[in-house]
Amino acid sequence: MPRKQIHLAAHFPGVNNTTVWSDPASGSHIDFSSFQHFAEAAERARFDFLFLAEGLRLREQNGLIYDLDVMGRPDTFTVLAALAAVTDRLGLAGTINSTFNEPYEVARQFASLDHLSAGRAAWNVVTSWDAFTGENFRRGGFLPQEKRYSRAKEFLAATFELFDSWQGGEIVADKETGEFWRPAGDFAIRTDQFDISGRFPVPRSPQGRPVILQAGDSDEGREFAASGADAIFTRHGTLEAGQAFYADVKGRLASYGRDPEDLKILPAATFVLGDTDAEAQEKARHIRYQQVSPATAIKFLEQLWNRDLSDHDPDGPLPTVDPVVGENTIARGRASVRMHRDPIATANEWRALAEAKHLSTREVIIEVTGRQNFIGTPGRIAELLDEFVQADASDGFVLVPHVTPGGLDEFADTVVPLLQERGAFRTEYTGSTLREHLGLKPAPTTSGKDFSSH
Amino acid sequence: MTLHLAVALEGTGWHPASWREPEARPTALFDAGYWTGLVREAERGLLDLVTVEDTFGIQSTRPSEPDERTDQVRGRLDALLIAARVAPLTSHIGLVPTAIATHTEPFHFSKAIATLDYASRGRAGVRVRVSARPDEFALVGRRVPGTRAELFGEAADWIEVIRRLWDSWEDDAEIRDAATGRFVDRDKLHYIDFSGPQFSVRGPSITPRPPQGQPLVAALAHREVAYELVGSSCDLGFVTPAETADIARIRGEIPGSPLVFGDVVVFLAESAAEAEDRKGRMDSRLGRALVSDASIFVGTPAGLADLVQEWHAAGLDGVRLRPGSVDHDLPQVTRGLVPELQRRGAFRTAYEADTLRGLLGLPLPANRYAAV
Repeated sequence: MPRKQIHLAAHFPGVNNTTVWSDPASGSHIDFSSFQHFAEAAERARFDFLFLAEGLRLREQNGLIYDLDVMGRPDTFTVLAALAAVTDRLGLAGTINSTFNEPYEVARQFASLDHLSAGRAAWNVVTSWDAFTGENFRRGGFLPQEKRYSRAKEFLAATFELFDSWQGGEIVADKETGEFWRPAGDFAIRTDQFDISGRFPVPRSPQGRPVILQAGDSDEGREFAASGADAIFTRHGTLEAGQAFYADVKGRLASYGRDPEDLKILPAATFVLGDTDAEAQEKARHIRYQQVSPATAIKFLEQLWNRDLSDHDPDGPLPTVDPVVGENTIARGRASVRMHRDPIATANEWRALAEAKHLSTREVIIEVTGRQNFIGTPGRIAELLDEFVQADASDGFVLVPHVTPGGLDEFADTVVPLLQERGAFRTEYTGSTLREHLGLKPAPTTSGKDFSSH
Repeated sequence: MTLHLAVALEGTGWHPASWREPEARPTALFDAGYWTGLVREAERGLLDLVTVEDTFGIQSTRPSEPDERTDQVRGRLDALLIAARVAPLTSHIGLVPTAIATHTEPFHFSKAIATLDYASRGRAGVRVRVSARPDEFALVGRRVPGTRAELFGEAADWIEVIRRLWDSWEDDAEIRDAATGRFVDRDKLHYIDFSGPQFSVRGPSITPRPPQGQPLVAALAHREVAYELVGSSCDLGFVTPAETADIARIRGEIPGSPLVFGDVVVFLAESAAEAEDRKGRMDSRLGRALVSDASIFVGTPAGLADLVQEWHAAGLDGVRLRPGSVDHDLPQVTRGLVPELQRRGAFRTAYEADTLRGLLGLPLPANRYAAV
């Protein structure tokens, strides 16, 4: 049996503290040359796709714009279309929010991107959560928790109907007879959230529709991914957690008439390379201190404590006061604050950790936020990644470098050749579309109806 | 006064039967290479800019619904993404895609045009359009088109928002100050706090101020309410004089002092007779003579050079050419009209600037939020 193949994606460094801007090698986060450099490295290494996250409002903390992290992002569609010009095979994936867009517009843009990239578009569909971001948009934006997945599902189903409103082959362009096309594109969609109708203007694109990515660890998120996504992003860093997640999600596919290989599971992976494992460990430690500056440590502390702690000493112990329970009013535009479901319990865990390991506030924050997933020599990391995939803990990884734009270069040049030697990763692209890179079946022409019937 | 030239790209050309011409490539309309080739051809002719046409819905000959015609080009790609796809493969020409203000988010378009400006290193613009078609409202589930005044008022607000967002980061906002751990100086990021009847936008943008500061904003205008928009909100207006004598009147009706280009549909050939034949063949396939909002020129590149110079002398800053059949008439512009104008000393012989504002003689604008 041939060796299970690893799928690799490259996450353009994000606007958060994982990305280290104080490193001398850190370049512009907004100049197109940085995106081009990053995409070219990913394509040179035969990665499946590049991934770009999105955020539609600058984050705030204590009522002020958060100024400690890298900030400034391009428009997702625009930069992906431009990257299509400087790459040939690399998949081009972006997050596009379903709350602050219309299905018609998003379908039109993704179908256009798929044409302009000759079949390399992918969409990470997310649903925003807050009126804070909505202040930048016509439609406001608050969506109660229980509506989030139904909105996302209806939105995605609507776009599928639009993509499928052209079946392919409608453009005849017979100069002799004068027949340009056989009319297509008509749609009428009425759901709880949408009432739209008309004619979709973009002919069927090379992939039929973009590859659909989904991030979400909740039961609802897993079910949503199982019902219609082509790949799911996760954060399971350990082999055991990865295997459990993998088995669970793959097991859900059959009820949707899908096969296990129809949904790829791709955990995010941070990494630090060194000439020896000890050197890599030392570099990783240094990077964690860069990622959590004293000022950043206080901001993280405030996010859990939900109160102003600007006078707290980052090199001293954790605060003795308890977190303020209830709506998080201190940090806005940040998904991670929602993860603190029980702040007092978490604070007590942190205190226990600090006591056991004799850690300062900053060291606790580094401990709970900063640990890289894969640390070691190129050989060691290649081995770990391959083992992870062969053991069915994932189908590959979304690599998250910590430096822009060169953070992928060393991995591309040292780890990828070793994965190729192991027979676990392609040495050349065998297909031209992202669906082909991911080993996915061609998109059905009736996805919209199939998807919305679930 | 410098003469400027632009080309408007629309499908296989502005004549509805152009797709049946021998040189036309109707099946390539949905490929990136088609658009890259056209823009590179325009750049070969040292043109100031190309506009990429767009409509929110599909093309139709009916005023309020899709038609059932099968003998004309139907279907199109998003103009902004076409421009972005072309940007890294060109180096000097301005890229001005169409945006439909009526149905789109100014926040999204502000960062999109800013990103196009980054990807093109300072060559981005946007041509703003309103939509009054009921069928286009239905595409996003809106039912009632507003009055013309409301639609243009909304477009003016839309432009105001994208412009404020472009300025919402001062150029030196990014400081990377290791001593304090701050990446930006937040005092140089600005809420825009726009509030209007159709939308309110808080800001700042998520995208830093683009290379040109303010990318070019343009609009096509045929009458008073649109002239008002051009004068109050735009850097460049496209107008449609029927004859040279109209130009002074039109300029007089546009407030302020934006650049103004005249639009003309062009059918060109080495002889006037051949150009007439070409247009005649397309007209017969259409079943009638071409009707256009803009004036139609049929003749030689030298004849068109005369018209361009006449309009320029009458007070226009430039001309936007709409090629009747793009694969024939665009090369006629770049390899016929342009050399003719150069011989007359009336058009540039090399690009003199790297940005679109630079080509158009517009200064780098001050940031409205920066402390003086």
